[in-house]
Amino acid sequence: MSFLEDYVHYGGCFALIMVGLYVVLVKSNLIKVIIGINLIDTGINLFLISAGYIRTGTAPIFSGAAQEPGKMVDPVPQALVLTAIVIGVSVLALALSLAIRLHGHYDTLDLRKIKELRW
Amino acid sequence: MRKLISVTLLLVIVMIAVFSVSHAMFGAEGARRTGGLREDGVNFGRRYNNRALDETGAANVVAAVVVSYRGFDTLGEVTVLFVAALGLGALLYGARREKNAKEREPASLIVFTGCRFLFPLVLLFGAYVLAHGHVTPGGGFQGGAIVASGFVLVYLGCRGTLPAGRLAAAESLSGLAFVVIGFIGLAVGGSFLLNFLPRGTPLALFSAGVIPVIYVAIGLKVGSELGGIIGNLAGEVSE
Repeated sequence: MSFLEDYVHYGGCFALIMVGLYVVLVKSNLIKVIIGINLIDTGINLFLISAGYIRTGTAPIFSGAAQEPGKMVDPVPQALVLTAIVIGVSVLALALSLAIRLHGHYDTLDLRKIKELRW
Repeated sequence: MRKLISVTLLLVIVMIAVFSVSHAMFGAEGARRTGGLREDGVNFGRRYNNRALDETGAANVVAAVVVSYRGFDTLGEVTVLFVAALGLGALLYGARREKNAKEREPASLIVFTGCRFLFPLVLLFGAYVLAHGHVTPGGGFQGGAIVASGFVLVYLGCRGTLPAGRLAAAESLSGLAFVVIGFIGLAVGGSFLLNFLPRGTPLALFSAGVIPVIYVAIGLKVGSELGGIIGNLAGEVSE
């Protein structure tokens, strides 16, 4: 059971990604699909952050008093996720603008009614 | 039927992933437990933690990584955000023309006054976060997002509009400042985005050389870009 205890946060990230994949594959409302894409994004970000985590570690920020650099968590995944969040916002904004244009053209956001997008 | 196929597909993916990683030790925790988290050529997270304060003067190691060690990466990231904002504006330009400005109900007096009172405070807090990115948690992207949340308040609370021209000017100038700082580093020391200013004492506001300057530029750029995105989505940017 120690595997479960040690890696439960990875399980959470993975569950979030799976929920997002399910929403993307199953839902037919375009806004919900975009929310699903965002859920996958959040899950991946959480996964990267928790991959750099060290138990009883501190934030990688020096704050006045003498602080051991050896106890800080890995700063590289945090910087990566900072990048990934901004890219995620860009993707979200672009997808939403496409949804707005589609709604203006078809007067619906239901993917089953937008004939050209059926799969 | 489609739902059934999707769910079985997802279950198969889950099973494969669980079986393949169930005995792996991965992440920093796993590396530490197997004694691998030493400072060497590969594990640069540890190296950054040990030396960032001496090398860049920034107390916030994440800010040092984002702006100094991987500054070029950040320039690309800002470019991606810019291209997304550009594409959004281009996509929504025609839609806005068709509908024209529709009349909106003005906000009530209480909402309007509260919004006018809060907007400068939100901007002040955003400016504080983006200027102190190298000593405290925060930085350009976070501060820019707070500034953009102030713009959301204006749209929703005051029912106001933002001057698109001034937003675009702020965005262009701050993006230009980022690139110019990079080229000054290239001219002075021979490498793009070199930290050419004095590092100062750690934990002071004027320390860490060019990191706060670049972070302020990034904050202005992200704030104006997100403000423009929100304005485009709300269809309320004045020409």
